[in-house]
Amino acid sequence: MYPREFEYVAAGSVEEAAQLLEDNPGAKVMSGGMSLIPMMKLRLLSPELVVDIGRIPGLNTIEDRGDHIAIGALVRQRQIAESPLIPMALKTAAAQTGDAQVRNTATFAGAIAHADVAADTPTAFVALGGTIVAKCVDGEREIAADACFVDTLTSALEANEILTEVRIPKSGGGSAYDKLGRRGGHTDYSVAGAAAWVADSSGRECRVAVGGVGTIPALASGVMEAMASGASPEDAAERACEGITVLEDLYGSEEYKSHLAKVFVRRALEQAMANAS
Amino acid sequence: MVETKSVLGGAIRRREDPALIAGQGLYTDDVAPTGTLHVAFVRSPFAKAKILSIDTAEAAGMAGVKAIYTADDVRHLGLLPTQVAVRARPLLADGQVAHSGEAVAMVVATDRYLAQDAAEAVFVDYEAQEPVIDLKAAAAGDIKAHDDMDSNVIIAWTAGPFGDEDGIAKTRETIQAAKDRDDTVTVSIEMVNQRLVPTAMEPRSVVADYSPGYNRFHVHSTTQIPHALAGAIAKTFDLDNSQVNVTALEVGGGFGAKLNVYPDEILVAFASKALGKPVKFTESRREAAVNTIHGRGWVATATMTGTRDGQILGYELDGLADMGAYTQNFTAAIPFLGLFVGSGQYTMPTYFNVACVLTNTVVTDAYRGAGRPEAEYYLERIVDAFSREIGVDPAEVRKKNYFDKFEDAVSPIGFAMDTGDYGANLDALLEFVDYEGMKARRDAARAEGRLVGLGLSSYVEVCGFGPSGLSDLGFNWGAYNVDSAFNGSGLVRVGGDGKATVHIGTGPSGQGHQTTWAQIVSAETGIPVDNIRVISGETDDTPVGIGSFGSRSAAVDGAAAHEAAGRVKAKAAKIAAHLLEAAEEDIRFEDGVAHVAGSPDQSVTWAEIAKTAYHPHLLPEGMEGGLEAHAVFSPGNATWPFGSHICMVEVDPDTGNVDVLEYLTMDDCGNVINPMIADGQLHGGIVQGAGQALFEDAIYDEQGTLLTTSFMDYLIPTATSMPSFQMERTTTPTHVNPLGVKGIGEAGTIGSAQTVVNAVVDALADLGVKHVDMPVRPRRVWEAIQAAKEA
Amino acid sequence: MEITLTVNGEKVTADVEPRTLLVHFIRDELRLTGTHVGCETSYCGACTIHLNGEAIKSCTTLAVQADGAEITTIEGLADGETLHPVQEGFWERHGLQCGFCTPGMIMQAAKIIEENPDPSEDEIRHGIDGNLCRCTGYHNIVKAIEYAAAKARGEEPEPAEWETV
Repeated sequence: MYPREFEYVAAGSVEEAAQLLEDNPGAKVMSGGMSLIPMMKLRLLSPELVVDIGRIPGLNTIEDRGDHIAIGALVRQRQIAESPLIPMALKTAAAQTGDAQVRNTATFAGAIAHADVAADTPTAFVALGGTIVAKCVDGEREIAADACFVDTLTSALEANEILTEVRIPKSGGGSAYDKLGRRGGHTDYSVAGAAAWVADSSGRECRVAVGGVGTIPALASGVMEAMASGASPEDAAERACEGITVLEDLYGSEEYKSHLAKVFVRRALEQAMANAS
Repeated sequence: MVETKSVLGGAIRRREDPALIAGQGLYTDDVAPTGTLHVAFVRSPFAKAKILSIDTAEAAGMAGVKAIYTADDVRHLGLLPTQVAVRARPLLADGQVAHSGEAVAMVVATDRYLAQDAAEAVFVDYEAQEPVIDLKAAAAGDIKAHDDMDSNVIIAWTAGPFGDEDGIAKTRETIQAAKDRDDTVTVSIEMVNQRLVPTAMEPRSVVADYSPGYNRFHVHSTTQIPHALAGAIAKTFDLDNSQVNVTALEVGGGFGAKLNVYPDEILVAFASKALGKPVKFTESRREAAVNTIHGRGWVATATMTGTRDGQILGYELDGLADMGAYTQNFTAAIPFLGLFVGSGQYTMPTYFNVACVLTNTVVTDAYRGAGRPEAEYYLERIVDAFSREIGVDPAEVRKKNYFDKFEDAVSPIGFAMDTGDYGANLDALLEFVDYEGMKARRDAARAEGRLVGLGLSSYVEVCGFGPSGLSDLGFNWGAYNVDSAFNGSGLVRVGGDGKATVHIGTGPSGQGHQTTWAQIVSAETGIPVDNIRVISGETDDTPVGIGSFGSRSAAVDGAAAHEAAGRVKAKAAKIAAHLLEAAEEDIRFEDGVAHVAGSPDQSVTWAEIAKTAYHPHLLPEGMEGGLEAHAVFSPGNATWPFGSHICMVEVDPDTGNVDVLEYLTMDDCGNVINPMIADGQLHGGIVQGAGQALFEDAIYDEQGTLLTTSFMDYLIPTATSMPSFQMERTTTPTHVNPLGVKGIGEAGTIGSAQTVVNAVVDALADLGVKHVDMPVRPRRVWEAIQAAKEA
Repeated sequence: MEITLTVNGEKVTADVEPRTLLVHFIRDELRLTGTHVGCETSYCGACTIHLNGEAIKSCTTLAVQADGAEITTIEGLADGETLHPVQEGFWERHGLQCGFCTPGMIMQAAKIIEENPDPSEDEIRHGIDGNLCRCTGYHNIVKAIEYAAAKARGEEPEPAEWETV
């Protein structure tokens, strides 16, 4: 399996990359390449131009900016999994992404841009209430997590935009991520998973996201509402799939995946509450 | 008598490894002669369709493209040679496709990227037809896999015992009578033994290089059967077998997937001859899933009747086996191999009936175990279910119904078995694992509310299909121009330097033949292992051999090499006696030296003996020069390894996730040549069986598209899937070959899937679950729990 | 495009198409065929190499991405005639059968023990989760890596599970 022919430019700066995207509507941005290259090898995607942002300096850091953690576009999943600055939900999700070699190459920002509902870190990102910074020749905009994902493998990024940074608010409290992987346990893509952030061990103020089951990682607002009104995680988890169109796939029926979403919402909430205390 | 010090039974490090761990092992795709052209195939997206037209014009004009071939170009070569040719396939789809992924056209280009580019530009106009994918629907027969066939059922394998119509009728009456008794219990379950993709880590690859001046092919291929491939190519191109040299370099795993002659192997040879260049085809993983054979694919109902105290009075297996769209090497014979062990280790009357059914799917054939895992799965699952139903420990039920220790018993299904001591083997396992302790730990976990289960199973398998007489049942390579029964063969040659080469017609793919054959020959001759080189996988340089499959190599070809080594040693003893002026019967061989018994100083080295052999004027009067022997070996019977496995699993009641906590074994493969290698075969075999039990599933949609063509969706076990093993063995040698070895390549796979499923069902038994079909993925386990709750 | 990189200590300059995958560049252009291709979805790990000191899958990397990089392949792992402890471990503990996954497995294992000198069985198993093997059932691979880790620590490895001659 070999990609079709394409042009390649290693951009020296975000500005150069943005200009290339502006000038070439058929272009695709590549950071680590772990999502893009397999799609190109399978010829499911054949951009005319690949704009490699992998050599742009300054995008490879995790920075504490007081009220938020800023994660550069080239920060690898492995760095997320190992950084003390990253909240537990996201650390865990990064550690459960792919395998060691994949985590050495795949970027966290790339996973957000790829918008795969079966990926782990986007779900944690939604629960943590992050934002992304998207740049184009006209400037930049910040997109909130719950507006980042539009549809299957489709993020809110425009074709001419580059995701340069992901921001995770420093909200304190506790967070957690749990899932069932395709190969059982935590191995491989998520069949269903959930991430939760809680302000304190009561869990009343929380943000919960569900991944794996629908088309996009989604905020479980019904769960959050129930928690706010004092429900137990178990009871609140009953509302895990409200507003989500659960899709059957090779790994689960609609009923099973809906059930799993509840299981992992409960587990993530309970663990987040434990982590908060 | 000539004696030697044995190196058999010792774990010497593998001689294959230095190259492999340095990245210097050579595999077929590593072969790149100057000017090599590359092949990409155009494959059908439809499971069943008429080919109305193929437009190659655009592709033919693309960069690097040298040729594009369709059925019109290769029809004259005939159908693919195949051993069981009930429905042989064309080399390229000829007007009709019968499974998705079937090759329709072949592009040859200067580069593999360019070949794929051009393959995309070949336009094929199909008229899609409704395919038959589901096995039961195919057996019912409303839609035919091929329009010109009257039925999708091509053969049914029936036994009880095999080949005895009256006996079968009587067996069925006996079983019915047992069922009709008031004091018996009958348990019956329909179970799926799902379709699998064998998945050797090395995708198949073939490089053909035709020399017009000599009218010879040199073909490198990832094959387990190099001599059969050479013969098939020779047959196709109307050559003598000696005009084709097949080289199988390092072969990166086979498991039956490379035990086939494939259309691409013939087509690449054709292209090389037509274009005058070396031509290579290497499968992608995705392509492998639709181009290389699949395995298993049975649906059958197992029924067991017995008394409440555990005496089994009858066993019936009635089912269907999925052949896929064509028959290739053994396809329709695979259930027959299962039939051999249809009654397992037990004495009860047994009826076996499995019908072979064509569907519009990838061809099935031998996947590790080939028929025997299926047969043992059904039998051991139903023994387990029967034990549970009557409330007797499954170990007790098994022991009560085993054959007693035997030499040469005939099974109820009608086959003579070599040696067995099943009760002792199971007892050894139960003691080794502390069975009562394991049960207590399971019960303690259950008392905490955990779903922990213990799975026990035992098996007998049959392998080493070397008896020449089996040729009458089709165990030969006649279809490939290799007019030989499945004999063993081995040639041992001692050169003038006293070092030996062993030439064998096996086709190893990781089994360590370089090492074990050196041990066999060293043990017999006393030539140090380091002075023995083993040559295999090169048809020009090896005697005609059958290849490596069916756990046959050691028991059949190993025995042949042992015999050849014995003849070489006998001649060497004569020469040594001549040189030492001693009596032949006083010569002893040790550490590369022949000496006179009782006088270690009176000795000659193998080098001195060999030098003499190649200077015939120095030999005793009348003795021929040279020092080599070729033995063809036909064992007295196939071999029948057996064993017992146990494992502990935990099920997550929330998710249905299965965790295998412990896996322990007691296998018996007769004598062991190298315990390190034998254990390694078991490790891998067990994980493949457990992989079937836990994860693996080749899934088709209703249109006949295979949905599981990559490692993203065809889930083979990873390092975190299973725990480390604890293993012991019992040793019951066979008498059918001089080494006493039985074979170990498939035993692990044959014994393991049902062990895991028995454990999962045990974990869920208190909830009322009686069976969960493989793979016991979380989804299915959870659904079984829900169904049991509702029931 | 012209790329220049260091492969097993030697500087290499070559002209490659943008679409050339790094693994094909290594195998077909440099003729270092120890790095293998077992799939196209970056699952099997047979193509694992070290790129700038990290284990990566070279089938999911473009050759042009490696411009300027330092690469070590299986052929460059040993120190001359002296095997890397992981290579030694695989030989001593029968960590390979067909050998196809072995180069990638060894390259990943070398990183595991470099980063964690005394890994637990669980850490080893998780560490090689991205390297598929169909022959060994992973049992002896784990033993091989434990052997290598002990050797690298200067300790005597646990004895083998079998009798040796």
